[in-house]
Amino acid sequence: MSVMIEALGLVFQPYVLIVIVASAAFGMFVGSIPGLTATMATALLVPITFFMDPVPAIAAIVTATGMAIFAGDIPGALLRMPGTPASAAYVEDAYAMTRKGRSQEALGAALVFSAIGGIFGTIVLMTASPVLAEVALKFSSFEYFWLVVLGLSCAIFVSPGAVSKGLIALLIGLFAATVGIDNPAGQPRYTFGNVELLAGVQFIPAMIGLFAVSEVLRAVVNRDTPRPPIPKNRGGGIFRDQWRNLCRYPVQVLRGSAFGTAIGALPGAGADIAAWISYAISKRFSREKEKFGTGHVEGLVEAGASNNAAVSGAWIPALVFGIPGDSITAIVIGVLYIKGINPGPTVFINDPQLIYAVFVVFLLANIIMLPLGWVAIKAAGTVLSVPSKVLMPIILLFCIVGSFAINNTPFGVVLMLIFGVLGFLMDENDIPIAPAILGLVLGPMLEQNFITSMIKADGSFLAFFERPIAAGLGLFTIAIWCIPLIVWAVTRMRRTA
Amino acid sequence: MQRRHMIALGALLASASMLPALSVAAQDYPERPIQMIVPWGAGGGTDAVGRVFASLLQEDLGVPVNVVNRTGGSGVVGHSAIANAAPDGYTIGIMTIEIDMMHWQGLTDLTYEDYDILALVNSDPGGLMVSADSEYQDVESLLAAIKSEPKGTFKGSGTGQGGIWHLGLAGWLMAEGLDPDQVTWVPSEGAAPGITDMVAGGVDLVPSSLAEGRSMIEAGRVKALATMSEERQELFPDAQTIKEGTGTDYTHAVWRSIAAPDGLPDDVKATLEAAIKKAYDSEEYQSFMKDRGFGLRWADAEEATKVVGDDDARLGKVMKEAGLAAN
Repeated sequence: MSVMIEALGLVFQPYVLIVIVASAAFGMFVGSIPGLTATMATALLVPITFFMDPVPAIAAIVTATGMAIFAGDIPGALLRMPGTPASAAYVEDAYAMTRKGRSQEALGAALVFSAIGGIFGTIVLMTASPVLAEVALKFSSFEYFWLVVLGLSCAIFVSPGAVSKGLIALLIGLFAATVGIDNPAGQPRYTFGNVELLAGVQFIPAMIGLFAVSEVLRAVVNRDTPRPPIPKNRGGGIFRDQWRNLCRYPVQVLRGSAFGTAIGALPGAGADIAAWISYAISKRFSREKEKFGTGHVEGLVEAGASNNAAVSGAWIPALVFGIPGDSITAIVIGVLYIKGINPGPTVFINDPQLIYAVFVVFLLANIIMLPLGWVAIKAAGTVLSVPSKVLMPIILLFCIVGSFAINNTPFGVVLMLIFGVLGFLMDENDIPIAPAILGLVLGPMLEQNFITSMIKADGSFLAFFERPIAAGLGLFTIAIWCIPLIVWAVTRMRRTA
Repeated sequence: MQRRHMIALGALLASASMLPALSVAAQDYPERPIQMIVPWGAGGGTDAVGRVFASLLQEDLGVPVNVVNRTGGSGVVGHSAIANAAPDGYTIGIMTIEIDMMHWQGLTDLTYEDYDILALVNSDPGGLMVSADSEYQDVESLLAAIKSEPKGTFKGSGTGQGGIWHLGLAGWLMAEGLDPDQVTWVPSEGAAPGITDMVAGGVDLVPSSLAEGRSMIEAGRVKALATMSEERQELFPDAQTIKEGTGTDYTHAVWRSIAAPDGLPDDVKATLEAAIKKAYDSEEYQSFMKDRGFGLRWADAEEATKVVGDDDARLGKVMKEAGLAAN
């Protein structure tokens, strides 16, 4: 207990608290601009943390990333331009709510359930890290292969409209993911001798193009027939409806948080897969399946909790074994080493007060998200009242900046424009965009895990079912594919009988 | 203490608004911001070295030094960006050992001769790691087993196909009189995923630098069998050198250097070399590298160019024999 008091003493100092607030504002700014990512926010903070003590240094990074990831939901809900692949899972619902004049409720749900998911993940991190890290260590390429397949299957089953169109979108994403040299064989593919294409299709410019540029194009095409104006936001505060949502969907919140933490704790999987799987689970077990994708808050609640829980969960292998769960924890592990805190089981014995201080910072960062997020939502809400002919050029400007900034090359802007046209054509033909993003993000993982598994198993397919966890995940995935077929066959037989 | 805090806080706020540095050097060069290109992603080891150098050079030269990550294409994209910039001293970059590999693979025509190499600032020897519950607890018994079992029984991982640790392993096997593909290579996206996979039972060994497995070694999940250097490493005193373990004189190391496009004016080159030497000798850099477990090695422009050239020939030979070079 004295360790906890010592930890609180380390955190509750004016300097640390000012750092937290300043980095929260910084993270909010970075996250709400499409194309500027949480990873970028972290990398920018690293040189500054050199001058800080360990606790404020970690606090700055934890707070900035948490805020940036929530702030990514804001352009998603208001403009249908998700800030991160993780928020792409529920962007249709969030945007549909905005169009019904419920933007404040949608963003309020994203905010509140992000915070709840984050706090849940932190509590698990505090209490069960060593155990969960042991389980995570059992995951090899065989298990990750099935997990990725599961994530991709979810994208098809949850996409609104025909399954075949979801599949087309997914395949477009998977195809784009094959470009470049960063594949298991290390051979250039579809690069046509272009040095920039060796790096493959970067998903940030592609995502900005598919969602944001296509939206700008639609606004240009439909200039003479403007969409019906968005009704004034009805209802009151951002937080008012959330208590009701919490009482109505307690199971969803808990399930989303738990799945998110577990998936986040796996070093090879992250918030993206977590959000999609949670959204799919939510839809599968919902009593109002038909409402998903039309502005229903249920999926948003569960997947929103899930992706933030995954962000906390990613710290489990990072702190216990020094294994980075994502690019952010990779950066933080470097910072920890510089500060003389060597991640690993010993850190819990040698510097427990520091680790507990980090936990306190996590909780604090998730709590401070509520008031600051409220301010950001209020400020961002004015975007909706800006006429489209003023708003769209500004959005295009931000898109160009974001696409350029990700790799400091004009090629990013070219990619963005190409995918903008593609996104426009897909939307015109009712092909959903979100599965394409997931295909692009998970495609390289799918290939990497499949090929390396085959090399390890000397080409034997059975190896995918030889390890217990892999076998379980594999059978579960195949069952998910088969259930719709069986249901279809059974109803058909009944009809003919 | 209080003042230091205020400085850091000020820096935090400044970064948000991207304030340029206020002081300007008296002499002509440098008079505007310098771009530091890092060919690898934010958060990796090369990125960390680049960022430390950028902040130290910025202090010394009096102009902002901005780190720009140009990633992808196994390093080709970033290295091309350094070589194709104007040789005026306003674009420098971190050049890594991949420059000695990518032209053999036929990915680019660029070689180390297209750069003015300013200094070598770091070197990390390769190692040999196995899972703590592996039945091979020293390098000699591991080698004996690799020799006696059929080709492909053992699997190694830690970089992509033809990556630097793959070459380190292939080179070692060749030095021991075996085929370079006696151990099957399982490509991974870096040392960390390779080590994780090894602990999960996916592969048998990882030949990356021991620093990359440090936390897992300290956690008792990974055993460091050997280091591919001439002497044992301070941080890992139990890991034998290859020579101690098997009697074969084999070393393999990666390095990081600071380079500029070829054709730098002499006075600019002299200014940069002096500033880099000063940054290398600084307390900040020395302690940063030690804390991260990165190896310190200094070589001035002339010596660095020789090291890079020697590695180019050595790696070319390994890649040709292992069938990893383009014809």
